[in-house]
Amino acid sequence: MTGSNGHGATLAEKLLARAGGLDHVVPGQIVEGKVDLAMMHEQGAQTVAPFHQMGAERVWDPDRVVIAIDHWVPASTEGAAVLHRILRKFAAETHLPHFYDVGNHGICHQILAENGWVVPGDLAVGTDSHTNMLGAMGAFAAGVGPTEMAAVLALGQLWLKVPPTLQVRVRGRFGKGVTAKDLVLRILGEVKTTGATYKAVEFSGPTIAGLSMPERFTICNMTTEMGAKAGMVAPDQTTYDYLAPIAKHPMHPVQPDADAAYERRVDIDVDGMPPMVACPYSPDNVRPLPDVVREHVKVDQVFLGSCTNARIEDLREGAALMKGQRVAPGVRFIVSPASTKIYQQCLDEGIIQTFTEAGAVFTNSSCSACFGGNMGILAPEEVCASSSNRNFPGRMGAKQARIYLLSPAATVAAAIRGELADPREMM
Amino acid sequence: MKDVIEGRVWVLGDDVDTDGIIGGKYLTIIDPDELKKHVFEIALPEFADGARPGDLIVAGENFGCGSSREHAPQAMRAIGVGAVVADSFARIFYRNAINLGIPTIEARGVRALFEKGDTARIEMRAGRVTNLRSGAAVRFPPLPQHLLELLEVGGLVEKVRLELEHRKAAAGAVP
Ligand code: SF4
Repeated sequence: MTGSNGHGATLAEKLLARAGGLDHVVPGQIVEGKVDLAMMHEQGAQTVAPFHQMGAERVWDPDRVVIAIDHWVPASTEGAAVLHRILRKFAAETHLPHFYDVGNHGICHQILAENGWVVPGDLAVGTDSHTNMLGAMGAFAAGVGPTEMAAVLALGQLWLKVPPTLQVRVRGRFGKGVTAKDLVLRILGEVKTTGATYKAVEFSGPTIAGLSMPERFTICNMTTEMGAKAGMVAPDQTTYDYLAPIAKHPMHPVQPDADAAYERRVDIDVDGMPPMVACPYSPDNVRPLPDVVREHVKVDQVFLGSCTNARIEDLREGAALMKGQRVAPGVRFIVSPASTKIYQQCLDEGIIQTFTEAGAVFTNSSCSACFGGNMGILAPEEVCASSSNRNFPGRMGAKQARIYLLSPAATVAAAIRGELADPREMM
Repeated sequence: MKDVIEGRVWVLGDDVDTDGIIGGKYLTIIDPDELKKHVFEIALPEFADGARPGDLIVAGENFGCGSSREHAPQAMRAIGVGAVVADSFARIFYRNAINLGIPTIEARGVRALFEKGDTARIEMRAGRVTNLRSGAAVRFPPLPQHLLELLEVGGLVEKVRLELEHRKAAAGAVP
């Protein structure tokens, strides 16, 4: 039997079977999974107390633990400074060598990606909800709470309920100025913010096969907004080529069966798809960008940053549009690379110069304006065009502020025009 | 955790988010006795003063949605919530609550059966919630054995503590 009623295993089932040392698992089954990589950011400070309450003295495998501080870097509040100090002390006491501290920092998910910490076949967990992004490596990557992270640090394993899988198959070719971000917004418009709750999302089809790793990161990143436990792409030559020079551990790839049993399938054709935008106040309130452009939505702030879209490819594309243009009067344009490595590339390639000459603020790498607790905070009634992943009320500051989620190119177009604009008209 | 849990019921609606359970301004509180003063301050303001240890929460859909903060189930544990039964839960809240040792039961249709002040009986292994006032009952798929054991020892911290002790003893026995 083939198709949605097949008996084969999905990618998520294959990955969790491997992590549990089992031949086969079924949705609903509880698996004690061996963890290949554990990541902590500032929320990891809360794992220290339960770790000690458990009577744990050492971390199961210091070579498989990464700490990357990112939300407040350098510390912008006293509270953040305390969290950083707790983590530094914990890392020193338990001999954790892989600490990406100030000066070598970046958004935690980007740190894992660009340093090859997660490889095909892995079970990876992190204290941040967008850990899903690393599923692009052909891994099962999920966010966990601080108490479970303490258990992971002590034992190197955690319980997971095998999720049913939603398969998203994508075909067609992107038109000029249309990107992976527009695709994932389009998918969110169909799947909605609760459409994948408790589920794994597996992306496949010819369009996905043609995507670069950075584009796959963007897509898997926003499965969190679908409510998913994990999002993933089966590994292929693109994955292996990306990881070959950087992989920290040996790869052990698995593939979904051709007759895997998916709970549901969504088919998307990107032929003729315009750029998309998620309007306030939900990432699933998605409309074609040209329709919204006609309504002349003026912006106060523009943000090109976050783990969704602040990789070198995103910033290059943005800089190409920005070159020779000016940020519109009255608009604050914040550009924040996702890591120090990307910052240095921007320096080498003249990208920092392009943005700052145009009147943008080019900041150090961090979560920056993404979450409303560090910098670039919005006042009530202000409007922001952002390349990040969430636009719930209060996400970037005031509850009444309005956030529009867009591709990197579309954020630059908004910065130039001072209102939402179609980047295709500027290319 | 007992196999049969009985208690007085407090009722909440759909989409109670973690902000409604414990407000963002209390996230720096570490002391459980301090934390419990503010539990459900927004969603159910009379709860913190009126609740007795062992009281039960019955709620509608998507209980515990919003941010992934563990403070929400921590505050509920601090005040002694005996169990939480809802039509459905948000994923991270569900995991966090079970890991903290709170019996957390997804029972479709449960919200409609209860009013504030009713007494509920929850049979964990049989998979049934009964309103002892009206006699109405709803069934639920019992938790997997693994999670029942986790609740029995009192949550993940206890479970790992026992596991580590066990490993140490085993290592000591075989030099
Ligand atoms: S960039 Fe935004 S979404 Fe990503 S980890 Fe930071 S705060 Fe979270």
